[in-house]
Amino acid sequence: MTTVTDTPARHAVRKVRLRGERSPLASAGLHLTLITASVIAVFPVLWVLLTSLKPAKYATTTDFFRETTLVNYTNLIRDTEFLNWFANSVIISALSTVIGVFVAATTGYAVSRFRFPGKRGLMWTLLITQMFPVAVLIVPIYNIMSTLGLLNQPAGLVITYLTISVPFCAWMMKGFFDTIPREIDESGEVDGLTPFGTFFRLILPLAKPGLAVTAFYSFITAWGEVAYASAFLVGDENLTLAGGLQKFVNQYGAQWGPMTAASVLIAIPAALVFLFAQKHLVTGMSAGAVKG
Amino acid sequence: MAVHTSQSVVKAAGENTARGRSRGTGTPPPTPGRLRRALSVHWYAWAMVAPVVVVIGVIIGYPLVRGIYLSLTDADERNVARSIGVNEIPATYEFIGADNYVDALTGSQFLGTLGWTLVWTVSCVSITFALGMALANILNRRIAGRSAYRMALILPWAIPGFVSVFAWRFLYNEERGLLNKILGGAGFDAVPWLNDPTWAKFAVIAVNVWLGVPFMMVALLGGLQSIPSEQYEAAEMDGATAWQRFRHITLPGLRPVSTTVILLSTIWTFNMFPVIFLLTRGGPGEATQILVTQAYKFSFEISPRDYAQSSTWGVLILVLLMVFAVVYRRVLRSQGDNW
Repeated sequence: MTTVTDTPARHAVRKVRLRGERSPLASAGLHLTLITASVIAVFPVLWVLLTSLKPAKYATTTDFFRETTLVNYTNLIRDTEFLNWFANSVIISALSTVIGVFVAATTGYAVSRFRFPGKRGLMWTLLITQMFPVAVLIVPIYNIMSTLGLLNQPAGLVITYLTISVPFCAWMMKGFFDTIPREIDESGEVDGLTPFGTFFRLILPLAKPGLAVTAFYSFITAWGEVAYASAFLVGDENLTLAGGLQKFVNQYGAQWGPMTAASVLIAIPAALVFLFAQKHLVTGMSAGAVKG
Repeated sequence: MAVHTSQSVVKAAGENTARGRSRGTGTPPPTPGRLRRALSVHWYAWAMVAPVVVVIGVIIGYPLVRGIYLSLTDADERNVARSIGVNEIPATYEFIGADNYVDALTGSQFLGTLGWTLVWTVSCVSITFALGMALANILNRRIAGRSAYRMALILPWAIPGFVSVFAWRFLYNEERGLLNKILGGAGFDAVPWLNDPTWAKFAVIAVNVWLGVPFMMVALLGGLQSIPSEQYEAAEMDGATAWQRFRHITLPGLRPVSTTVILLSTIWTFNMFPVIFLLTRGGPGEATQILVTQAYKFSFEISPRDYAQSSTWGVLILVLLMVFAVVYRRVLRSQGDNW
């Protein structure tokens, strides 16, 4: 599209506005639209950040800055179970991600490369399980966990999150393996590698960026999961962040100070990593989804 | 590459074969049975998918079957198997057939909730798609500060959803929230964002759109960039207006991406638990309750917990979504999409 200005058509057909050329008024309109949209996108986040830096008694004032202080953060860490929740979230999300990626890796490869009886059925299963509403599995899993004594245990939630991460990881990794040329598999075969050898020695190292993105995405999914975490975990110190944050804001009142401070501590690291990884995220997602 | 049972001289020389050989698949017998032959050809593919099949079978398949069974019983908190202290109390619920389904489908609650769930899904997806499309088209132009705008616009996607929802609750707060303060400053009355059925519906849709636009925008932007610019140049030569170019090049060119993102976001929105649950808990009354949150409410918020009803709703949701996905795919196929 950068060559548009050189097209002869520009001089030939004057009435038609070409792509890449526009009146100053149109330019202003576009910028105005983008600025409005950006403000709407950023402002709620920014507002929470600013509020977290104000003493709690000014939390609901409209001043952008007022006695800027870190007292909300120190109180949050000193007086609440925030660090426990954070640790719980990290452990649960990390375990379900690592196990999910580990279990799903070879399947993504097999589905990407081989034709075998049962493949179609498996692909459908992987796709349909991603459609499962939380409502279908939550009651039976809750009852099973209750029988096994795993309610309120990180292990119970890890197992539960595998129901989400395993199909998702397999599906997404298939997309990444699809982008690795088959010639590499063939060269592995020529060198006398079995399919497993080819996979572990040649393909897996090449797919590392894809694996990282898949892992990152399933980590984020577990990190932000609300329904299972709210139902399966009780007791202040056992919660994950999603459950913990609910403690600050309920129908009886709201502690905006710790709530905003906690929000910032949860959101900023996630956002930084996300913005860093987002280019690959979209590639992976559309690779998995579009090519089916 | 099907049969890795015999070793060529070249292969045997390399140390790389150790893994293959140690698998010990002997040479197949001269006239193997069908299953045996299939096994000898496909064993490695099956071995590779085995972990996922096992996991899906055990932690998804079994609960799913149990859930379907529960939906055919009168199970609730008081009659399921449970242990109180050291006492194991066995389950006493009974099989009652399709009664739960009949109740759900003939009563007004399920259909009423379904109606709002459809309104919610359709409005969220269509608004999100329209905004995402508009922003993607603007960002696809050469415009100063494009990457800065892009970064800002993606931000809502980068924040964990539950955090954003709490941020919005903060803004929506009736007496102290920023939105009402701004309105008050402009001389308007405070709006009961989350306490009035109509406003609450508006509020939850607004938040979900806010959360969903970045993904839509980025996906469509990717689609736009894959449309060859020659097509636009040719259209410009022919004197096509901007609208004609959009209508006849951009829209068809985006089709593979749009059909996918619409399907995905429809399913996600239909099941969007956190927004409703954390923003309004389905309230005021049941005004914003969607099927998923209502099913959750049956099993975890009311007393006694109604597991049977909850499972029934869960199964119905799944059936609805699968029917939708199949019909959607059919329609696309009949229009010539290779899907």
